[in-house]
Amino acid sequence: MSLDRIYTNLIMEHNKNAHNKREIACNCMERGHNPNCGDDITVQLNIENDIVKDAAFIGIGCAISTASSSILMDLIKGKKISDAERIVTNFLNMIKGEELTEEQMEELDEAALLENIKNMPARVKCATLAWNGARVIFEKHEANKN
Amino acid sequence: MDYKKLFPIFETHKELAYLDSAATNQKPEKVIKAIDEYNRKFNASPNRGSYGISVEATCQYNQAKGKVAKFIGAKNTEIIFVKSSTEGLNLLANSFSYELTKEDNILIGITSHHSNIVPWQEVRRRIGAELRYIYLDKNGEFDYSDLESKLDSNTKVVSFSHGVNATGILHDVKKVVDLVRQNSNAKIILDACQSVAHEKIDVRALDVDYLVFSAHKIFGPVGAGVVYIKEELIEGTKPLLFGGDMIEFVEEQETILRSGTQKFEGGTQSVEAAVGLAAAIDFVEEIGLDNIKKVEEELLNYAISELKKLDFVKLYHYEGIKKTPAIAFNIEGVHPHDVSQFCDFHNVAIRTGHHCAQPLMKYMGIPSCCRASFSIYNKKEDIDKLVVALIEVNKTFNNN
Repeated sequence: MSLDRIYTNLIMEHNKNAHNKREIACNCMERGHNPNCGDDITVQLNIENDIVKDAAFIGIGCAISTASSSILMDLIKGKKISDAERIVTNFLNMIKGEELTEEQMEELDEAALLENIKNMPARVKCATLAWNGARVIFEKHEANKN
Repeated sequence: MDYKKLFPIFETHKELAYLDSAATNQKPEKVIKAIDEYNRKFNASPNRGSYGISVEATCQYNQAKGKVAKFIGAKNTEIIFVKSSTEGLNLLANSFSYELTKEDNILIGITSHHSNIVPWQEVRRRIGAELRYIYLDKNGEFDYSDLESKLDSNTKVVSFSHGVNATGILHDVKKVVDLVRQNSNAKIILDACQSVAHEKIDVRALDVDYLVFSAHKIFGPVGAGVVYIKEELIEGTKPLLFGGDMIEFVEEQETILRSGTQKFEGGTQSVEAAVGLAAAIDFVEEIGLDNIKKVEEELLNYAISELKKLDFVKLYHYEGIKKTPAIAFNIEGVHPHDVSQFCDFHNVAIRTGHHCAQPLMKYMGIPSCCRASFSIYNKKEDIDKLVVALIEVNKTFNNN
């Protein structure tokens, strides 16, 4: 796999732009750390009435983790938790190597373009760091409700 | 002399510029052959059987120990084989946890590897002893007035690295030891992982009480580590692993341990790893440490001068300070993991991250960095490849 298939325009744009890399007022936070490479990213979500009202992240990460986190925030902002959760689950399954349906891939939007990370074991944790953070937030949110 | 030819891995990976020797050394044919021969000719459980190959295995194990002892200026009876320097440091920390109290303090170099920090934190957690750190001056060396101010009659352990794995600085052991001896009764532990392959180690001349290193930092196999314990301290040092081979008599409720260094070697010892380490020491002695150092110094100086030409590279390098053949750096605006990815595409292997030295990274004010480290199998072309990769990183990320 060539470098430009990893460092795609998508990744480089999101990495440079960093419009989702900011502190927000939030009621849910989850920190993810990749000790091997030093990625340290905190997912911040503001959830009201089961809707992700706002989403952002802070921290330090490589281009892959930064871009992937940013793509996640764009995707789940404004969505119902149930939809956001489904999107996160599908993304994580895709990176694990599972085949998604065309519909599922379409719903992933930009995130579907990160699919080839599944072939790069050293970057999987980078790409999934914030997504796992969001997954934990949704699980905790569900547990608190019950 | 083309030392690269002595390392088979470069036959398999002809284009590989391996710049991560500070993490682990590649193995010369001599070491690979010694381990292979051991497994083909005399693999057996040492110290137990009275049949031919077991006796031979025991003999090889003891000869390896003798070789290590001579290499670092110690007696055979002052050397323990463990799995790694991490295990060695845990052994020492665990032993000290039996005798230290919450009135005592432990002084650690801020440049230490996690293996020489986390075990002492565990000691502090268990018994409440205070953990202090020796900080650095603006040249990256220890701040000796800081060190002196932190030594007192309750300082029981001073533990630090000879060579700093993250940045390649070589600390002045003699200066530290002199200050510690003048101002306390502390025992001194030296982590020689990053120096054993580059500097002549003489434990008597250094006057340290304990010393550790791993075989794989000096062309040997993973799975062998060495702990030197000054003779008069052996009896008072406690073992970490309890079980077979380190005992005299075992009853249902009580056991009498073996004396000397034998009490530290519980379980089946890795003769294979010991034999590999012995072959590695032979390898080093045949070439000569001076020759090794000469090659490495030339490579390091070339790397520093080439990297200095790249204005987007921040070098963590201090002039006039003694070094191991390693250089730490960052590229402005680029996470080290991305740098290493680009390097990988150019067949350049560097190490990135916090280098098992998170306190040092924090002290330096950086989350992580890149490190290139050299050995006798490297050539200037390897560094040229690194430079090409770094230029491409800068072009891609910084549009330069």
